Parts: sequence; C-alpha cells; structure tokens
Amino acid sequence: MLSSTVVLNELEIDALTEMANIGVSHAAGSLRNMVGEQVLLTVPSVAIVSRSEAARVVGERDADKLVAVHQAFVGDISGRALLIFPEANSLELVRAVTKGELPLEDIIELEQEAVAEIGNIVLNGCLASMANMLQRSLTISLPEILRGTGRDFFDASAAAGSEDAVLFLYINFIVKQRDISGYIAIIMDLPAMASLKTLIRELIERTNGEVKADVAH
Amino acid sequence: MYKILIVDDSKLARMSIAKVLSTLQPEWSRIEASNADEALALFTREQPDIALLDFNMPGRDGLALAAELCALDPRMPLALISANTQDEIVARTHEIGAAFLAKPVTKRALADFLSGAQLRLAAET
Repeated sequence: MLSSTVVLNELEIDALTEMANIGVSHAAGSLRNMVGEQVLLTVPSVAIVSRSEAARVVGERDADKLVAVHQAFVGDISGRALLIFPEANSLELVRAVTKGELPLEDIIELEQEAVAEIGNIVLNGCLASMANMLQRSLTISLPEILRGTGRDFFDASAAAGSEDAVLFLYINFIVKQRDISGYIAIIMDLPAMASLKTLIRELIERTNGEVKADVAH
Repeated sequence: MYKILIVDDSKLARMSIAKVLSTLQPEWSRIEASNADEALALFTREQPDIALLDFNMPGRDGLALAAELCALDPRMPLALISANTQDEIVARTHEIGAAFLAKPVTKRALADFLSGAQLRLAAET
C-alpha cells in the first residue's frame, strides 16, 4: 500500500500545513465568536499514517467516549473533516454557546442539534478557507454526529482495512475558561493525494511568482 | 531603503509575504527567520528596521517575540500577521504597540502598515 504513496516534498508539506493553519485559525475565530471566549490552538501537524495510528492519536489523551461532528467533502480533493471532543465536554460547549441562558433540561434537549451546528460552522469555515486558497470549490456534506472512540471514527468509513495509509492533519483546540478541549482533524485517502499535490504545487507557484530569484537571507 | 525582518515557521507564508512586499517596495532588503530564536539572532546581527511576525509558531509565539523585540528596540515598527483574528489576540497585539494584519496578507493592508512605519522611522531621524 505504502509503495503507491504520492510523496510530498518539504515545501509541499509546508504549504499544506500553512493552509491548514489558516483554515483552522478561521474556524477558531468562528468558535470564539460562538463561545465568547478565546480559543487556543496548537501548531498543526500533518502526517501520512495508517487509519489505526490516526485513531490512536485522537484517542490517546481521552480514554473516555468522544463525540465527533463529521462532514465529508468532495471535489478535486475529497476527504472528511471532524471536530472531536470528549463527550463530557459536549453539554458545556452547548452551555457556552447559549451563554448560560437556558436551563439544563433545554440544553440536554438541544445538545445534538447544537453540537451539529457548531461543527457545521467550524468545519465549513476551515474547509472553505482551504478551498479558497486552492482556488477550487468543495461540496461539503451536512454535519453528522458520531459517538464512540477515535477508532470508531476513523475505521467507520474505511472501505478497506485499518492499516491503509491516509493523510492525517490535526490541531488541538482549548477553551481554557470552560475546560473544553478537542481536535479538528482532516483525513484524506491516498487516491486524493495525487490531486492534492497538483493543487498544492499550483498554490506554491502562485505564491512564489516573480520573487523566486531575489530572496535575501 | 529599509531592511525588513520576516518571521514565520512556514516557508510558503514567508514567500507569500515576500511577494507582496516585493511589489510594494522592491528596493528594500529582506531577512527571514523561521522561529523566535532565529529571529532574535538575526535582529542582533542585522539590525532590521521593521519586523513582520507570524503568530502561531512552534516554540515562542509571535506575541512573545514581539514583546522581546520591543524591549530591545522600542521604536521598531512591528506587525503581527495571523489568520487567527480572535479579539483577544488582536487586542494583545495592540497592547504591545504592534499592528495586526490578517493572513493571507493583502497588498492594501501591508501598504497601509508600511506607510505608517515609514512615517515613524522618518520622524526619528
């Protein structure tokens, strides 16, 4: 399987990471506006790993059950984007977004719908700014809520085995005052990688343009 | 003619800033660093006039670096460049006395910052 991997060079990985950084930063801005408090982000990480390794990364910190809002994207590149957090954070997230104005029973009733909408706004913000940078449009599916472990999320839609290599991009977010933390993850099957590489090369060429020759260090 | 320091962990981002800068001020010289430590070393060696700093970098972030540069040279015009446009980050940037530019940086936004920076630098000499 790995022998057919499309290899990204250093600058292409750099460009992909920077694109993810911009996408997730925009998404964090939307989340910040919803919860009304600063959202801290880690530096994004991009790697080609097996599905089970991706599941381990997401699952290792939180042994407890997780909630994920999941959206598939289709276009010149295809994959899935997930907003993942511990199930125990879910009510607090909804409480933060509704600014503490609702009684607990309403929050519980709203949870499913509210979490899906939060995910929808965050993931769309992230995917849309990545699509804009690549100058391609992506069709983004409606949000779907998954509950379980990292393994469930990443193996769930795998047509083939869990040892298949995927492009796995993730970033950690924390809302300190609310004690909410989670991940934004994007996962792409390797067949999507060849077109991704082409789009990233185009992005680099557009960025590089005419300054190639005169960079002084 | 000024010397401008660009700090970003992403080479693509540095290329992107350099491209906009080269259309605005083709004569200016650029020096580039990929993290805060490199930036401080370059600052000491090269004495740049203006600095453009990314926010989200491994190690110390752009705000920490801005504060350090500001302590070394309070008069140097600084801008933080980030896609992370959360109110808290913009506010902290302004508290340090630096400008905030949204990423990807536009020609217009960078031109406005550089005009202000040139005025400040000219006023000092």
